[in-house]
Amino acid sequence: MIEIRIHGRGGQGSVTAAELLAVAAFDDGREAQAFPAFGVERRGAPVQAFCRISDKAIRLRSQIYSPDYVIVQDPTLLETVDVLAGIKSEGTVLINSERSAAELGLDTSAKVVTCPATQIALEELRRPIMNTAIMGAFAGISGAISFDAIERSIRHRFREELGDMNVSAAKRAYDLVREQTQ
Amino acid sequence: MRKMIEGSQAVAEAVGLCRPGVISAYPITPQTHIVEELSQMVADGEIEAEYVRVESEHSAASVCLGAVAAGSRAYSATTSQGLMLMAEVLFNIAGMRLPMVITGVNRALSAPLSIWNDQQDTLAVRDSGWLQLYAENNQEVLDMHIQAYKITEDDRVLLPVMVCMDGFVLTHTYETVDVPTQEEVDAFLPPYDPLYKLDPSDPYTMGAFAGPELYQEIRFEIQRDALASKDVVKEAARDFQAAFGRWMGDVVDAYRCEGADTVYVAMGSVIGTLKDWVDIRREKGDKIGVLKVRCFRPFPLDELRESLANAKRVVVLEKAVSVGAYGILPGEVRAALCGQPNQPSVHAAVTGLGGRDITFDTFDEMEERSQAGEMDFFAGLRQELLEAS
Repeated sequence: MIEIRIHGRGGQGSVTAAELLAVAAFDDGREAQAFPAFGVERRGAPVQAFCRISDKAIRLRSQIYSPDYVIVQDPTLLETVDVLAGIKSEGTVLINSERSAAELGLDTSAKVVTCPATQIALEELRRPIMNTAIMGAFAGISGAISFDAIERSIRHRFREELGDMNVSAAKRAYDLVREQTQ
Repeated sequence: MRKMIEGSQAVAEAVGLCRPGVISAYPITPQTHIVEELSQMVADGEIEAEYVRVESEHSAASVCLGAVAAGSRAYSATTSQGLMLMAEVLFNIAGMRLPMVITGVNRALSAPLSIWNDQQDTLAVRDSGWLQLYAENNQEVLDMHIQAYKITEDDRVLLPVMVCMDGFVLTHTYETVDVPTQEEVDAFLPPYDPLYKLDPSDPYTMGAFAGPELYQEIRFEIQRDALASKDVVKEAARDFQAAFGRWMGDVVDAYRCEGADTVYVAMGSVIGTLKDWVDIRREKGDKIGVLKVRCFRPFPLDELRESLANAKRVVVLEKAVSVGAYGILPGEVRAALCGQPNQPSVHAAVTGLGGRDITFDTFDEMEERSQAGEMDFFAGLRQELLEAS
C-alpha cells in the first residue's frame, strides 16, 4: 500500500488533488481511498488531505503518519508545519517551489523533488491553482499512477477548455520532474 | 457499477434509487454534500422527488412526517445539533408508526463546538423508537439505505430507520462503491404501499391524544414491534445478499472471533481499522477478534450473548459518553452478559471524541489497560493537556 499525505492551504485544492489521485488510481484498476483533515474551514488555513493506493480493499481509516510520499502545495508551510513528520526514509517529498531541492536544504533522508507548479499553473491556467500540475508531478516522480489515468481523472472533473488547460499543466509538470529525476 | 465516489454521493445515489416522493433537509456539516447532491439530482430531473427547502431541522423532520402520513416515501439527513433540534419530531414519527429513513451523519455535540466525528448525537436519540443501523464503510452505507426502506415499510415494523454513518470519516471519503441499477433496486424494493394514510375519503387521526387508559398499551406495542423487528432486519440482509450478492452481517458481524479470548466490540467506521489491527495482533499470536454491532436498535441481545460466549475479555469501544454514568454500548453489553455462564470481563473504552484520530496505538493502549484490569477509561487522551490545566 502506498500512503500519500498532501499539505496545502484552504482554497488550494488539496482535497480535490487527493480525490483526483484516488480516481486516477481506481482508473488504473487499483483500490484507493482519499479523505481530508481540515483544521478549520476557511481559506488560507493549513489543511491536510490523504490518499491510500493499494492492490487490495482498504479498511484502514487512520490519518497517515508514516507516508511514502508527502506533497507540499505551498512552500510557506515548510516554515510553520512539520510536513516531514514520519516520512519513510526511502520516501519522497514533492514540493511546489521554484527553488531546487538543494536550495531548500531540508533536513531529511527522504528524496526531495521540487516542481514550480504555481508558475506552471499561472502560465497554463492564468490562475495560481496548482493542484493539477502537482498531480502530474506526482505521477512523474512516483510511477504509482499512469499519466493517462491522471489525464482522465482531470477531464472527469474539469470539462472542455478548463480540462485542456489543466491537462497541459499536469503534463508540463510531469515532464519536468521526469527530466529532473532521470 | 463500481465507482470511485465520496461517501455522501453514495448516500445520494442510494436514496435516489429508492425513489423517495419527498426529500426535506436543512444543510449542516458534514451532512451537506448528501443533500446538495440530492437537490441537484431533483433539479436536474434525475429523480422525481419533491425537494422541500425548510428553515430548520425541526421543520425538515415535520415535512417528512407529513409526507409519510399522506402516503409518500420520505427522506431526510442531518447530524449533531440538527439531530438534537429534530429530536421532538423523531419521537413523534416513531410514535405515529410512520416508516421513513434518515441518514444520521455522526458528529460531536456542542459545547465545545466541533464539526468532527463521534457518535454522541445518534446515541442521544437511541430511545426515540427509531431503529438504528451503523455502517462500516461506504458500500455498507449504500446497501444499508436500500435495506432500511425495506425494513421500515414492512407491515411488521412500521418504525422509522436511522442509517448512521461517521461524519467526514465516511461522508467525505472517496472509495470504491458498487452502485446497483434502478432495475435491481426496483426488484428488491417495491413502491411504498401504506397500510394507513391520510385520505379525506377515508379519514384517520394520527398522533392523537391518549389518556392514561390508552398510552401505555400503545408504548407497549411500539416496544414489542421494535424488538420483533430484529427478524426483519436479518431478513432484509439475507434478501439483499440474494439479490445483490453482498453480505456485511445482519445485526452483528464477527471477524476472526474463532478461538478468540478477547473480542473488541464497536460500531461504525472504526471497524475497518480494528480489523487491520487484529490481523497484526493475530500474527503475533494474540487471540483477538472483532464484533461489529451493525444494528444497535433493536438491540442484538441474543446475538451478542452467542458471539461473546467464549470470550474471556470483552473491550467495548465507544465514541460517546453517557456523562455521569457508564458508556452506552458498553453498559448494554455488560447488562447483556451479566449472569451468563463464564461471564467475561467487559471493559469500556471511550475514544475518538470530536474527531480524535483512532490509530493502532489507540487499540494497543486499550489492550494494555484492559489487560491490567481497568474497567472504564478514556483512550488516546493527551495527558500533557490535562496536567497543564
